[in-house]
Amino acid sequence: MTAKPRLTHNHARRLLGQMMRIRVFEERCAELYTQQKIRGFLHLYIGEEANAVGTMEALTPQDSVVATYRDHGHALARGVAMGPVMAEMYGKAGGTSRGRGGSMHIFDRPARFYGGNAIVGGGLPLAVGLALAEKMAKGSGVAVCLFGEGAVAEGEFHESLNLAALWKLPVLFVCENNLYAMGSAIERTESETDIHLKAASYRIDSRRVDGMDVVAVEAAARGALEHIRGGGGPVFLECMTYRFRAHSMFDAQLYRDKEEIERWKERDPIKRFQTWALSAGLLHDSDVTALSAEAVIEVDAAVAFAEASPWEPLADLEKHVLMDKVPA
Amino acid sequence: MSDFRMPSLGADMEKGTVVEWLKKPGEKIARGDVVAVVETQKGAFEVEIFEDGVLSEILVPVGTEVPVGAVLARIESGEAKPLAKPAPPAPRPAVAPSPTPPPRPSLPSAGERLRLSPAAARRAAELHVDPHSVTGSGQGGAITLADIEAAVARAGRTTGEKGRRGFDPSAMRQAIASAMARSKREIPHYYLSLPIDMSRALQWLAAENARRDVENRLLAGVLLLKATALALKDVPELNGFWIEGGPRLSTGIHVGWAISLRGGGLMAPAIHDADGKSIDQLMAALRDLVVRARTARLRGSEMTDPTVTVTSLGERGAERVYGVIYPPQLAIVGFGAVRPAPAIVDGAVAARPTVYATVSGDHRASDGVSGSRLLAAIDSRLQAPEAL
Amino acid sequence: MSAARRKTTYREAVRDAIREAMLRDPRVFLMGEDVGRYGGCYAVSKGLLQEFGEERIRDTPLSESGFVGAGIGAALNGMRPIVEVMSVNFSLLALDQIVNNAATIPHMSGGQFAVPLVIRMATGSGRQLAAQHSHSLEGWYAHIPGLKVLAPATLEDARGMLWSALEDPNPVLIFEHVQLYNMEGELDAAAGAVPISGAAIRRPGRDLSIVTYGGSLSKCLAAATALAGEGIEAEVIDLRSLRPLDDATIMASVARTRRVLIVDEGWRSGGISAEISARIVEQAFYELDAPPARLCGVEVPIPYPKHLEDASVPQAESIRAAARALVRPT
Repeated sequence: MTAKPRLTHNHARRLLGQMMRIRVFEERCAELYTQQKIRGFLHLYIGEEANAVGTMEALTPQDSVVATYRDHGHALARGVAMGPVMAEMYGKAGGTSRGRGGSMHIFDRPARFYGGNAIVGGGLPLAVGLALAEKMAKGSGVAVCLFGEGAVAEGEFHESLNLAALWKLPVLFVCENNLYAMGSAIERTESETDIHLKAASYRIDSRRVDGMDVVAVEAAARGALEHIRGGGGPVFLECMTYRFRAHSMFDAQLYRDKEEIERWKERDPIKRFQTWALSAGLLHDSDVTALSAEAVIEVDAAVAFAEASPWEPLADLEKHVLMDKVPA
Repeated sequence: MSDFRMPSLGADMEKGTVVEWLKKPGEKIARGDVVAVVETQKGAFEVEIFEDGVLSEILVPVGTEVPVGAVLARIESGEAKPLAKPAPPAPRPAVAPSPTPPPRPSLPSAGERLRLSPAAARRAAELHVDPHSVTGSGQGGAITLADIEAAVARAGRTTGEKGRRGFDPSAMRQAIASAMARSKREIPHYYLSLPIDMSRALQWLAAENARRDVENRLLAGVLLLKATALALKDVPELNGFWIEGGPRLSTGIHVGWAISLRGGGLMAPAIHDADGKSIDQLMAALRDLVVRARTARLRGSEMTDPTVTVTSLGERGAERVYGVIYPPQLAIVGFGAVRPAPAIVDGAVAARPTVYATVSGDHRASDGVSGSRLLAAIDSRLQAPEAL
Repeated sequence: MSAARRKTTYREAVRDAIREAMLRDPRVFLMGEDVGRYGGCYAVSKGLLQEFGEERIRDTPLSESGFVGAGIGAALNGMRPIVEVMSVNFSLLALDQIVNNAATIPHMSGGQFAVPLVIRMATGSGRQLAAQHSHSLEGWYAHIPGLKVLAPATLEDARGMLWSALEDPNPVLIFEHVQLYNMEGELDAAAGAVPISGAAIRRPGRDLSIVTYGGSLSKCLAAATALAGEGIEAEVIDLRSLRPLDDATIMASVARTRRVLIVDEGWRSGGISAEISARIVEQAFYELDAPPARLCGVEVPIPYPKHLEDASVPQAESIRAAARALVRPT
């Protein structure tokens, strides 16, 4: 771990709490999926929580976020309320998108959370445009774009990095490199596996971060945002991470060894940060117990909210296809 | 006690086969433990448990395929946390016993089908017109809406409002205009006339009516009608249609009797086989036809069947009428008003009740000789009224 | 009373529309390949860089997906971008952004976000640009719920549709036929915004309806004039909008004429002409005296030589022949 900021008790408590509530939320999602409460694709973020939590911790409300289909952790870390996120997973009217998007498409206007994009690479041009508008309107917000290393092979990745660098746009690119594009290992899909070098070739300030270390991610994000807000143009972070669960629920994981998964689990960002914070005296056992209980209570409440939420009426099927006005 | 069920791992997973049990009955299990391995069409999955307790009983042995939701094992709960009850497996659609294949409907051959445009079909149904009697002018001879309306006009029918029986003067005018314009555009008419002495016919009629009650009295028109029908038997080349570039003569003599309507316009519904009907039958048919024409209650066949048209102007009419043929008929016979006219009787001039009979013939189908023969035949029939 | 009229071209009308939008709304900007220094591939934006500067007349790299997506992002974040894609063939590189993002985000977000974006692109054949610059793929976009698809075929529409499209809260695609840019005519000096919904009857007639749009409109009108000399009065409908389609105007016309010819430079198979034909059969079957007829692009990638290119798409003479065959079958 490099250049750790000095953490306060409250800060450490918040980081651990955020990661724990995402973890508990997603474990519950897996369970609900087997019960057919949640349908469609369900991509769990378990193992990668430090990236979302560290990044979002550094953001201001003016910043906007573009995420991928593995977006529950991002939405929750960004402050989207858990009840509506769970209701969205259920497809209920109380969901963030009134149930129309589901797990892969969490959108939230107050949080400036621009989706849950399920086209790999498809969110990058959006982030460039959000940043372009911000720059033209002389706003202070930064567009933060999270994507996996699979997106690097898409043309949209290269087009977007070039545009952002060319126009010096306030974009923070966060590549969550979990080593597998679905079932394809990075060395089987990329000629250059050192991803941050690709960004550097567009003259973008670019660095690699330990994505299993929430403090390292937050520190990198803070440094990057400072650079961007100072007019230095986009920054690219490659967060080295790993997903502990399958790509989506119905994935037999024929493409990787159990030993590899176990090795990465030893670096579980929650256990690791918790152990470190306890040993450093920043947190006490009672904090961990309390945070754990709070997470379960919040998830229980979110499930209850989703269960109680009504379905969209069939009569509204064609609503929101064409808009009557631009929401204020 | 709770149930451990075959989990749903994807919307496309319907069933799975237990290939391994990783816990034995009686063994303690904790939330997150992998309990079994399940084989699916996407490969083998380790199935985890979401509660703590003891595996009390295995219900599905290794090698058995079960649907999603089936109970695989029973769990003696430790501190069982309340869980939403697992949803029952989605009901499988009941599979109906496969029926014997339905018999193939016998399809009409293409040749039997009438080429009728949708618009024409609808209008024909509205007006109760049998489209088989209509000649098409559209693609591949298809009958168009205009063809139907022309046919109706030809038959003197109204083309009233959609679906409403009744009289629409403007639509009728349109239909007459269309039919008459077509007639004058396509049919080269020739015109002939002959004055006919009506003394005998009228004397016979007066005597006949003197012994009938008012309801059964005969009109002069019925004599003209019968005489024309019988005359056409002698001159068949004026009875029928011009279709597809040639005359198609009719064996039946169906006289379209022109009836002017009080609201304007006219129609000429058919009196079928007029040559074979008695004077009394014809008179009854005429009365019936006039009443029904004026209340728009004619039958479709009456509109389309006439093989010739007869127009009689009656007592207050003009001296002569040279009619316009209703396409695709071949001729129209006209009678003016019966008036006293000077005639040479036994070498001396005498006033005689006279009617001018005329014929307009389609010169493509017949020549003036035929028309002349027809007029002469009508004349001779009217000179023997008792034989009518 | 008599409004002053002035000579103009379609190209100038589009340029005037962009200029007006830039002046009226500071959120409006133009972005695309060579729209600035070069002045636009078809010279539509010539001079605008000098007038409005590089910030608002923004040259982009050759990255259709990147800058169309950036336009969507900017629209999501409060701007009113006009994105120019050089030709509809190139827009296929941005298909992901248009179809998967612009058209879906409003619905997928449960109505939280709108995408008030205008994408202009050139379409169609007639300039001997061969098979990667000449196609008419606007019908594809008309398939997509969430988009509006416009085809200005007149000077008034070239001048007036853009502002209305910018005011619309939805992504609007405007297809400008390459052969129209040089079209000259007179335009009211005070011409401005026009509604972007609804078809227009450009010529009334009683014997058949010719339904068309964009670059084929002038050819259909020329055919209609020639047909009048033969005693056939054709009604010519300019669709103006391919999505949504103005069913009411089409059906009312067909109910009057009972015959319809659909003229589309795009290919017949699965094209917009197929959609229009199907709707007529669905909605106006009992008004028809003949099956709906279509005259479409020949199913071939548009070839380069002039004689083959001309033969690939409907022309006034072939439209006239098709109309005549429909009205006066032999």
